[in-house]
Amino acid sequence: MIIDHPLLGPRDASEFVYLGDASLIDRPNPDTEDASHAFYEYAYLRDNPAGLHRELWFHEAGDRSWLVVTRNTETHEITKVEFAKDVARLAGRSL
Amino acid sequence: MKYSAFQVIKQALRGHKGWIPAWRDPEPANHYDIVIIGGGGHGLACAHYLAKTFKQKRIAVLEKGWIGGGNVGRNTTIIRSNYLLDGNEPFYEFSLKLWEGLEQDLNYNAMVSQRGILNLIHSDGQRDAFIRRGNAMILNGADADLMSTEQIKRKYPFLNTDNARFPIQGGLAQHRGGTVRHDAVAWGYARSADQHGVDIIQNCEVTGFRIENGTCTGVETTRGFIGATKVGCAVAGSSSRLMSKAGMRLPIESHVLQAFVSEGLKPVIPGVITFGAGHFYCSQSDKGGLVFGGDIDGYNSYAQRGNLPVVEDVCEGAMAIFPMLGRARLLRMWGGIMDMSMDGSPIIDRTHIKGLYFNGGWCYGGFKATPASGYAFAHLLATDTPHPTATAYRFDRFEKGLMIDEKGMGNQPNLH
Repeated sequence: MIIDHPLLGPRDASEFVYLGDASLIDRPNPDTEDASHAFYEYAYLRDNPAGLHRELWFHEAGDRSWLVVTRNTETHEITKVEFAKDVARLAGRSL
Repeated sequence: MKYSAFQVIKQALRGHKGWIPAWRDPEPANHYDIVIIGGGGHGLACAHYLAKTFKQKRIAVLEKGWIGGGNVGRNTTIIRSNYLLDGNEPFYEFSLKLWEGLEQDLNYNAMVSQRGILNLIHSDGQRDAFIRRGNAMILNGADADLMSTEQIKRKYPFLNTDNARFPIQGGLAQHRGGTVRHDAVAWGYARSADQHGVDIIQNCEVTGFRIENGTCTGVETTRGFIGATKVGCAVAGSSSRLMSKAGMRLPIESHVLQAFVSEGLKPVIPGVITFGAGHFYCSQSDKGGLVFGGDIDGYNSYAQRGNLPVVEDVCEGAMAIFPMLGRARLLRMWGGIMDMSMDGSPIIDRTHIKGLYFNGGWCYGGFKATPASGYAFAHLLATDTPHPTATAYRFDRFEKGLMIDEKGMGNQPNLH
């Protein structure tokens, strides 16, 4: 697989480390009443879709940026690559 | 028809015209007591034990394609019970004991071959860990044997014991481990289940569950609605996809695992050898091909094919430990979809929906578990209580902090 890095261009996927579903950006608020259950769902449950999947990749052997890659899990085709910090900012989660 | 040497001779004298199909091809009935979704190893084993051991009636196995076409046909055929943790070891030892009596139970030649499995040791830390594991195995009634480098050299003279980075300092052997003809497992269970009255319905994909007031009353399929008092799901890599139709999210990611077969060679490798430090394991099939594999690719996938970096990694592991393998040509490679759970251990449990039961999360260790998984799932479906060896495989273990994490990796499925 080739990941088209927003800054560095097409890079081989073996330069990256895979973390998992991009929903991991949406860390629950630890101060709410149901935080314990929310963290259980956050840490353990996954949609695990067959088809388009937004997922976190870390460019370990490159610029060490976190990316959100949109990839089809049935074909491995990558259709979109974004910086995770941009995604997090848009969701109001990052400075 | 009972299979025997006498039957083979009798049929040979009659020009082999008297053989009958090993299982029927029935039309689905309107309603069953128990419907099992998934005609793979675990689903068919469950049907066999439900009908034969637990004396249940009106059982159907629904399979989207043909039986045995999923992971039971796409694995590396290894059986073993070399686990460490209390939640796992009794279950896998129960499985190995069922393997030992499988062919007599099924009246089917599954080519169960206890040729032994050897886990290689390359460091003091690894030796400590394997001694601990071996003791846990022995405590649970399994066999374990710590072999010295000299013993290993004698039995496996082709191993590179003097590798500078990974010198072989011994090994943990389980001599009762080995290999089984994987397709024959599915066929043998299917034939036995069919003989005990189970309807095996192929080309019948489940498209949804009918759930009324929190109770599952049947399944919608491509061949119409099929009512059921109890529904058991055993669909391996497709677990999340199937259970999402019941509105459930699982502690599972689906990943692709690749495996490889070389051209046929004369017998060179006795038993199964694993090289954990390099993520490589290998055995030789009865046809002569070297069957080997390594790690999962590491990203979510339903594609049943992997990518080249892992092929390279597996072959590097092979060359490090079996330099002679470099002369063999690779014949075939394939990928299977693993339902990787968050702690690397499986789930055999009721769901929050009444009448709906789940069996999955086998990661890449489902094949060796086939008999015990089928037995424990049948026990759960028939009695509504977990089998004594499978009490830890609960859904709620993640929320309660009772994970069964053999590798100590935490909730990161691609590291298990």
